[in-house]
Amino acid sequence: MIRLSVNGVARTADPTGAESLLTVLREQLGLPGAKNACEQGECGSCTVIMDGELVCSCLVLAADADGTEVRTVEGVASADAIDAVQEALLDAGGVQCGFCTPGIVVAARHLFATKPDPTEDEIREALAGNICRCTGYGSIVRALAALAAETP
Amino acid sequence: MTTTIRTAKTRGVGASIPRPDGIPKLKGEFAYSSDLEAEGMLWGATVRSPHARARIVSIDAAPALAMVGVRTVLTQEDVTGSGRFGLAVRDQPVFATGEVHFWGQPVAVVAAEDRETARRAAAALLVAYEPLEPLVDPAIAARTGSTFRVIDIVNGDPGARGEVVVEGEYEVAMQDQAPLGTESGLAIPDGIGGVDLHISTQWLHADHAQVFEALALAPDQVRLHNAGVGGAFGSREDISLQIHLCMLALRTGRPVKMVYDRSESFVGHVHRHPARMRYRHEADRDGNLIRIEADLLFDGGAYTSTSGAVLANACYFATGPYRVRSVAIHGVAARTNNPTAGAMRGFGAPQPCFAYEAQMDRLAAALGLDPVALRLKNALGTGDRLPTTGQPIVGSLPTRTVIESVAAMPLPEPDESTDPRRLPGGTGLTTPRPAVRRGIGFAVGIKNLAFSEGFDDFSEVRGVLTTAGLELHTAACENGQGMVTVVEQIGRSASGLDRVTVVFADTSEIGSAGSTSASRQTQMTGGAALRAATAVRDEALRRVGGDRLDDSGVWRGDRLVASLEELLASGPIAHLERFRHPLTSPPNATGQGDIHAGFVVAAHRAVVDVDAELGVVRVVRIDTAQDVGRALNPLAVVGQIEGGIMQGVGLAVMEEIVLDQGVMKNASFTDYLLPTFLDAPEVEAILIEEPDHWGPFGAKGVGEPPTISSTAAVVAAMRNATGRELNRVPVRPQDIALGSHQPPATSHQPDRRPEGS
Ligand code: FES
Ligand code: FES
Repeated sequence: MIRLSVNGVARTADPTGAESLLTVLREQLGLPGAKNACEQGECGSCTVIMDGELVCSCLVLAADADGTEVRTVEGVASADAIDAVQEALLDAGGVQCGFCTPGIVVAARHLFATKPDPTEDEIREALAGNICRCTGYGSIVRALAALAAETP
Repeated sequence: MTTTIRTAKTRGVGASIPRPDGIPKLKGEFAYSSDLEAEGMLWGATVRSPHARARIVSIDAAPALAMVGVRTVLTQEDVTGSGRFGLAVRDQPVFATGEVHFWGQPVAVVAAEDRETARRAAAALLVAYEPLEPLVDPAIAARTGSTFRVIDIVNGDPGARGEVVVEGEYEVAMQDQAPLGTESGLAIPDGIGGVDLHISTQWLHADHAQVFEALALAPDQVRLHNAGVGGAFGSREDISLQIHLCMLALRTGRPVKMVYDRSESFVGHVHRHPARMRYRHEADRDGNLIRIEADLLFDGGAYTSTSGAVLANACYFATGPYRVRSVAIHGVAARTNNPTAGAMRGFGAPQPCFAYEAQMDRLAAALGLDPVALRLKNALGTGDRLPTTGQPIVGSLPTRTVIESVAAMPLPEPDESTDPRRLPGGTGLTTPRPAVRRGIGFAVGIKNLAFSEGFDDFSEVRGVLTTAGLELHTAACENGQGMVTVVEQIGRSASGLDRVTVVFADTSEIGSAGSTSASRQTQMTGGAALRAATAVRDEALRRVGGDRLDDSGVWRGDRLVASLEELLASGPIAHLERFRHPLTSPPNATGQGDIHAGFVVAAHRAVVDVDAELGVVRVVRIDTAQDVGRALNPLAVVGQIEGGIMQGVGLAVMEEIVLDQGVMKNASFTDYLLPTFLDAPEVEAILIEEPDHWGPFGAKGVGEPPTISSTAAVVAAMRNATGRELNRVPVRPQDIALGSHQPPATSHQPDRRPEGS
């Protein structure tokens, strides 16, 4: 039995030995926002924030998430609103199939939280662990660069 | 940081509005097929062959069935119907029986109470194999008659000869579509012998037919529903787990879910055909193309899939968007024990483009002409005939314009930055800036739109006016490309209403929308939506004698004559439209005929920085001009262009499924490299809007052209930077650094005929 805080809510889960945080989020905690596209730490679709750090939740043993604070894409904005990163991605065409999107939203939010006005190179580097097969990345970079430019 | 969700004002054709499913996707609320669950659900897992070719000696399910939580194991013996599937030809058994024909071929499936148990049970199943020698060389397959299709195209004066000749051999490796969402679905038995399958696919009705035929069910006993799709790019045009899921649900009487993991996904779908191509171009001294001979060998792998149509595209477009006086094309799709090849974005067009554009550059060099000038001199356009099939080109084909537009775009300044993120090899390597050489390459590509060769290609849309607005019901698959956005925009412009929504209908509710492939849904489902929405509007206006419809109701002049409630009080308004594109014909014996419904062109110019010593490359920039007919949503069009270019760049510099005796050596994202944010070039796109003859509002499909000539342009730029031949993609570091694996290319004048031709 593990206890953790997910999006500010205290939760418990009962993972089997080798189960990942990603599996627990998706299959036990009813949070399918983080996606599974490789389970090897290569694509970033499963990105969440754990104790303030970006992690690939597919690589985190659920048992190691005991006692941590986790934030997923579902915790980015309230039910009837979107946050500035989400809005920028939407307007710039940064979403196509959207399978990479939750991971990119979480990673981009984390970037802006740690560095409010990243350069384009810094945006690319910060998101280099997030594969998107649809957009060719251009629209995502433009969205986030524009957001960085707006930051006072 | 928080703002409320808002809606844009004008949302019809031409507006760059965001996707209607964008917000749920951004919030993690959008339900992909892998997110679906049902009460009492089991998990399925597949048992696959570890051999490329083997005889199945025995299958012992007992160890799997003995495990706690395992509910069933199914093999070909359990299949009730034809037991065969295949998109064009039903030639693949649901499970291998007797002999296994490719590595990873399904042999059995299991269902268990949870995913882990299902996986362990699949591993516990005992299958005894007697390995057999696999046929993995497509050239041997072609020689021994192991083929899916052979095409010979002869057109023009066979005696025509040019004084300037270039010959070359080219090779394209196997590329994976690598959609981020793996194959997944949920089957729910209806309790009376039927089943509902929720699936991410590209063609709901083609899946439907293959499922009910394979299992000998009545068509209405199987209902397929579109579930959220995590990208496709051709990988979902064929059956993967559809039949398996339905069998497991019917056998166990419980809902069953399956999700492939990434390595299984690599073997679970078809791939881009690897190709070997031999070309001979002949031109007169002024640079007019006189004759092109090409020999195209495509490896189709173990089963037919779409090999016939892919090879056909390769052959019909083997000469590129150019006028040629005389053409002789020989194409073979070989049957081997390699993984099955089928649809991938571009569908047979990128492979020859890589070859014919290299040939055009060599020809330009042999003639002492500028490569762009040579292309312009021979550019194909409206009113010409396609040099292969002889078909007159009646729609728009702005080949000249795309070439001239790209050539006129400004080139970037040389990059002096020593930031490793802007150097070839990136942060992991130590390329010194002075070692970097810049190269520029140009390429143009052509392809057909929608299905060809006499295929009965149609899409159905039902327009239904409700008091909440216009619904457009369709079975078309939204794979991420934005069909749903564009179809709604068409519905708005046609009806006058703003409240227009696409409603996904299942196979029991509406007829086929055809495949989400061949760049066809904007034109086909969009075309059906245009007519359905127009018919609904006309009926609304007729009923109350109005002249304009909007969300409030029907207007006459500036007076509202009926609200939607009043209008619909006298009965519902609905219209079912089945849209067909202009008829096409099958080819005659020499490949002649009006085989295609329309054509599209695009040009790409690549700028690369190469460290020739380390063999590493950075694709700096791609400039493109694309023939789009009319951009119904410029934002979505640019998204297709950038995404398609990235896949073309991937094929040029990194993407390859490595095979050894039919076995994939790199079926994972660790070993199959995909472009990242750091690999993505700057892209500048010009949309050429010359309305086509049949697409809604003159639109053409836009999904594939970005992938066709971007690969060729990048490699041309690398040749320009290095002086190497680079006749194979992806170009590997050793090809640049050592010039390894170069098939010979020659150019000579005057003419010398090769032996026996
Ligand atoms: S699923 Fe975790 S990195 Fe790909
Ligand atoms: S939008 Fe499809 S993978 Fe990024």
